[in-house]
Amino acid sequence: MIERDAAAEALPRHPGPSKPSAAARRRRRTPVTWVRRGGLWNLAFLAPMLVVFGVFSWGPIAQAVVMSFQKTNLITPPVWVGLDNFARVLSDPNLGTAVLNTLYFAGLALVFGFPLPILMAVLMSEVRRGKGLYSALAYLPVVVPPVVAVLLWKVFYNASPDGVFNTVLGWVGIPPQPWLQSSVTAMPSLVIEATWAAAGGSIIIYLAALIAVPPELYDAAEVDGAGIWRKIWHVTLPQLRGILFIMLILQVIGTAQVFLEPYLFTGGGPNNSTLTVLLLIYRYAFQNSLGGDYGEATALSLMLAVFLGLLSWLYFKLTDRWSTN
Amino acid sequence: MKSSRSIAIAGLTALVVAGSLAACSADAGGDDGKLELRVATFPPGADQAAYDAFAEQEKQFEKANPDIDVVGLEYEWTAPTFAAQLAGGSLPDVFTVPFTDTKTLLENGQLMDVTDELQELGYSDKFNPIILDEVTGGDDRIYGFPRQAYANGLHYNRDLFEQAGLDPDNPPTTWDEVRAAAKTIAEKTGKAGYATMAAGNTGGWQLSVQADSRGASLQQANDDGSYTSTIDNDATKATLEYLHDLRWEDDSMGSTFDLDWGSINQEFAAGNLGMYTSGSDVYTALVRDFGMSPDIYGLTVIPTENGGGVLGGGDIAVMPPTLDDDIKAAAVKWIDWYYMQKLLNEDAAVADAKALSESDQAVGTPVLPVLDKETYLESQEWIAPYVNVPLDQMTGFTEGIFEQTPVGEFKGQTQPIYALMDNLVQAVLTDENADIDALLKQVDVDAQALLDQ
Repeated sequence: MIERDAAAEALPRHPGPSKPSAAARRRRRTPVTWVRRGGLWNLAFLAPMLVVFGVFSWGPIAQAVVMSFQKTNLITPPVWVGLDNFARVLSDPNLGTAVLNTLYFAGLALVFGFPLPILMAVLMSEVRRGKGLYSALAYLPVVVPPVVAVLLWKVFYNASPDGVFNTVLGWVGIPPQPWLQSSVTAMPSLVIEATWAAAGGSIIIYLAALIAVPPELYDAAEVDGAGIWRKIWHVTLPQLRGILFIMLILQVIGTAQVFLEPYLFTGGGPNNSTLTVLLLIYRYAFQNSLGGDYGEATALSLMLAVFLGLLSWLYFKLTDRWSTN
Repeated sequence: MKSSRSIAIAGLTALVVAGSLAACSADAGGDDGKLELRVATFPPGADQAAYDAFAEQEKQFEKANPDIDVVGLEYEWTAPTFAAQLAGGSLPDVFTVPFTDTKTLLENGQLMDVTDELQELGYSDKFNPIILDEVTGGDDRIYGFPRQAYANGLHYNRDLFEQAGLDPDNPPTTWDEVRAAAKTIAEKTGKAGYATMAAGNTGGWQLSVQADSRGASLQQANDDGSYTSTIDNDATKATLEYLHDLRWEDDSMGSTFDLDWGSINQEFAAGNLGMYTSGSDVYTALVRDFGMSPDIYGLTVIPTENGGGVLGGGDIAVMPPTLDDDIKAAAVKWIDWYYMQKLLNEDAAVADAKALSESDQAVGTPVLPVLDKETYLESQEWIAPYVNVPLDQMTGFTEGIFEQTPVGEFKGQTQPIYALMDNLVQAVLTDENADIDALLKQVDVDAQALLDQ
């Protein structure tokens, strides 16, 4: 007992002033203190953004979720149909075609479209003169409005022997290609244009990331006798790892939602060979139904959003350690 | 200082937001006490002369109806934008819709009931009953004013015919002759001898036209109100084989196989195409919207065989169902004056033809009567002095059309089934080894699934 009392005595009875705990801070935060600390001002400055996002973004998203369980043509009163829209979408034979086509587009874009901007950025960063000019040239396609770019490329893709690309191929003895007029070549043609259109933006991002790579690392590699390719492999790419992972998931999300190219170039043809998931959503909502199938369109949109959300979550889970280590 | 600046910024922000939201809901009503009536004028692309002619007609109408202010809007009915514009209230108060879509729209409750107004005007009995049926719902109510009808025809380029050594005054009368002429044109001129629409549901529409001319029936209406798909038949197969052979054996269809209504007209007006099938009334658009030289134009009837007929169509002047009574009354007055009186009344017909011809707009493009044939022939006599289209280049059609059997479009899920049929046309034109039997079978199954929904 004595020993215990002694131990108790040894403890400081008055530990002195200390910071209040987080819980205590929360307790003291009343509406009055919130107002006094400028809460209303914060709200006032936030309000415009909240209104704009609420009206034009979150509201429609919530409405789309509701519509996916309804049959509506926006004029007659909507009817609740439970999961019917989802069942109809899942039993549509075009869904399989659209998913496979979208995967094909995403795969081609990944294989050809993803490495190209990295390579271009690395090569451009090695250039000593006229870097600005090359950057501007690379970024130029991004400046061209997408619809204009597609219509221009549609002219280039003219399948007659007099078409722009076919003329160029003719110079090197390659026969005219059908480009958009064949179910075999239509999708690769779309990917070529999409890569051209998007590469500029990626190149600029990679160039910015490359500037942040400490030059000492290159110097050290050079001292160790590394050539340009070894420097790229052992210094540049590991240093760009974080940005590469982000760009990859952004590209996957972007290609999963490809719409502009198939819509403007081919309308999903020939014979549904370029029908993508988003184009199918568009067809549900507008093309075939005279506005009667917003339910199916929103149901498929919801499924796509959930899928992409899960994919992103999984991707970041898997790559979290790699991108930070 | 800091506080007052913050207040100023916050106030300015609030004003901007409030102003933006107010602008979104700005009222577009007339400010001179007149009733504003927003009416569709032309599809995008019409030339200035068309608008000049419209302005003249607008002036005449407003003189007769001083309490109405007509506002013309450039508008073309399209399925993708229609429902959203209807829900958003941004549709014109009066516009036209093709027969193809009318049934679906009226069954969806998306068109205004005009039965009483039509009867009050006193000419409802004069309509061709087949055409009136296009705007009549299952409830026997009428949802629009049929204002123009057409039959599909074979349009051909007289200039290319001459270049290929063919006689433009003796156009083909059988499908075999069409094939031979197409091959000659392709070989002699390097242009596409024949083309067919293949995209945006127009491929299905024109496949339907060409199959019907070979005696096809693509859909059967059952007594219980249901429909049975009969797309998989010999005439449709013969049509697809015909297109396949023109494309792959003769190489007489050029190199573009994703044409729709607009792009095929563009190709034809530009002189890149020998022949194609489309509505007989397309001459007006070819000249007005696509800049075609009238000299190159020729029109004849579509060849028919095996008891086949010629598919017709047309359009209907309609109103959205959301109009209030005052605007509806004004809209009915406009439809009666602008679209209908020129079919019924000599003075109106002459005034209309005169206004159009003075602005160099087409007068006399071959159409089919929406009213009875006598009234139609009489109206043609009224406007005869003002006719400015080259009718002597269209005699193949004008002399032959009343001998052909008219066929209507199938009624069940018309547009969605046309979309399915687009794929048939695209497949035979882009894949040399397309399995026509298997494709037809699949489309038949898919079409029936749509009809069973």
